Amino acid sequence: MDIALDVVEGQPRATPLSLVTTLEEYRKPLLPSPRRKSADIRLVARHADVYEPCDDSFALVDALLADRANICELQPSVCLEVGCGSGYVVASLALMLSDRRNIRFIATDISKSAVETTRSTLAAHNLHADVLVADLVSGIESSIAGAVDVLVFNPPYVPTADDEVGVGGIASAWAGGDRGRVVIDRMLEVVDSILSSKGWFYLVTVTANNPGEICQIMRRKGFASRIVIQRSTEEESLHVLKFWRDGTNESSDPQSNGPLVSPSGRASFLQRSLSHRLSCLVSFKSV
Amino acid sequence: MRLLTHNMLACNIKGVTNGFPLGIDATRVETKEVEMNPDFLKHIFPKLRWEAFRAAAHSLGIDNLPEQVDSNMLLDEEFLQQFHHALLEVHLEEGALICPETGRRFPVSKGIPNMLLNEDEV
Ligand SMILES: C[S@@+](CC[C@H](N)C(=O)[O-])C[C@H]1O[C@@H](n2cnc3c(N)ncnc32)[C@H](O)[C@@H]1O
Repeated sequence: MDIALDVVEGQPRATPLSLVTTLEEYRKPLLPSPRRKSADIRLVARHADVYEPCDDSFALVDALLADRANICELQPSVCLEVGCGSGYVVASLALMLSDRRNIRFIATDISKSAVETTRSTLAAHNLHADVLVADLVSGIESSIAGAVDVLVFNPPYVPTADDEVGVGGIASAWAGGDRGRVVIDRMLEVVDSILSSKGWFYLVTVTANNPGEICQIMRRKGFASRIVIQRSTEEESLHVLKFWRDGTNESSDPQSNGPLVSPSGRASFLQRSLSHRLSCLVSFKSV
Repeated sequence: MRLLTHNMLACNIKGVTNGFPLGIDATRVETKEVEMNPDFLKHIFPKLRWEAFRAAAHSLGIDNLPEQVDSNMLLDEEFLQQFHHALLEVHLEEGALICPETGRRFPVSKGIPNMLLNEDEV
C-alpha cells in the first residue's frame, strides 16, 4: 500500500449517486467534471455512541468536493479533521485527494468510540491516518503549529444548555451550548496557531450559530471567509464556511469567490436545528 | 499507532514545559507490512524529530537506527528500509505513553492514543 499518499491506488470507489443527491444542485457550472470521490457509505463503520453521517456531514464533503480543484492546487501536506466521528469526512477527503502524493491525514475526536469507528472506516477504505482521542487538538497542538493546510470541522452546533456540552456519549456529537457556539468558539481560538500560512479552514455552522458573527471574529484574527455551500432544508439552514488568511489566495479562479456572510444571523433556527439533529438520531436508532 | 504518530504527540498538562517526547510502555506491538514509498520518507524526514523517533523505536526493540542522520542517507536503500519499517510498519497497539516531566500516563488502546486530560490538568 502506498503510505505516502495514505491511499491505495485503484481503491477509491464511487459513492452511489443516491447518497449525494443534493450535490448536483449545488455544484457550480464552472467546475467541468470533478471526479466524484467520497467514502462509500456502506463501508462507514457504525457505533451506537457515534454520530452517523448526516446532512451536515454530506454538506461538508460536498463543499470539499466543490473546492477539490483548489485544494489540489494548494498542494497540501497536512490535512486535519477535528471531531471525525464516523470517519466519513476524513475518509472522503483522503479519497478525493488520492491522486496527490505525500499528504498526511490526521483525525481527532473527543470520543474514544468515534476514533475507533474512524479507524475502522479508514481501514475499510484501505486508508491510513494518524488518529487520536483529543479535545480539539490537545496533545498535538505544538507539533502541528503552523503546519495544517486543510482543516475541517463539523462541530457540535446545536444550541443547548452549556452544561450539556462534552458530557460524553452521543450528546457530545451535537450539544453546542449557548447558541451552539461553545465548542466552535474554542476552535476559533486555535485556528490561527495551527493553520499554515497558506492553510484553509472549513467549518459547518447552522443559522443559530450566527455564522456572520463567526466570520467577523475570524476577520479580526486576520482571516477572510466565504460560504462554500449553503443548504436549507425544512429543518435548518446549514452553511459550510471557508476561512483563509487575508491576502493569500483561496482559489485559482477568482470568479468563484462568494460574498461574505451578512452579519445579521437569525436565531429562529434553534428549534429546527435541534429537531434536525433529533431526526438524525432517531433514524440512526432505527437502523 | 505508528511511530509517525508518536512523533507528534506531547503532554500538554498545564504548566508542563518538557512534555516531549513521550516515553513508551508497550504491552502489545504489531507489525503490519506496507509497501515502501521513498518519496514520502524523503518528504517526512526533515519534519521528523529524529532523536525522539529513535528513542521510541528503541523502546519497541528496534536498535538499528543511527544516532546521526542527514538527508544523504535517504539514498541508501538499506537505511530507507529500516526507516520505513520503524516509522510506518511497527504499531503500538496496547500500552501507554508517558510524560517525561510528570510521569503522567496516556493510555493507548486498540492502537489509539488518548490525549484527553482531566479537569484539574488543563
Ligand atoms: C456533528 S459530529 C460530526 C462527525 C463527523 N465529522 C461527521 O461530519 O459526520 C461532531 C463530532 O465532534 C466531536 N467533538 C465534540 N466536541 C469535541 C471536542 N472538544 N474535541 C474533539 N471532538 C469533539 C463529537 O464527538 C462528534 O464526533
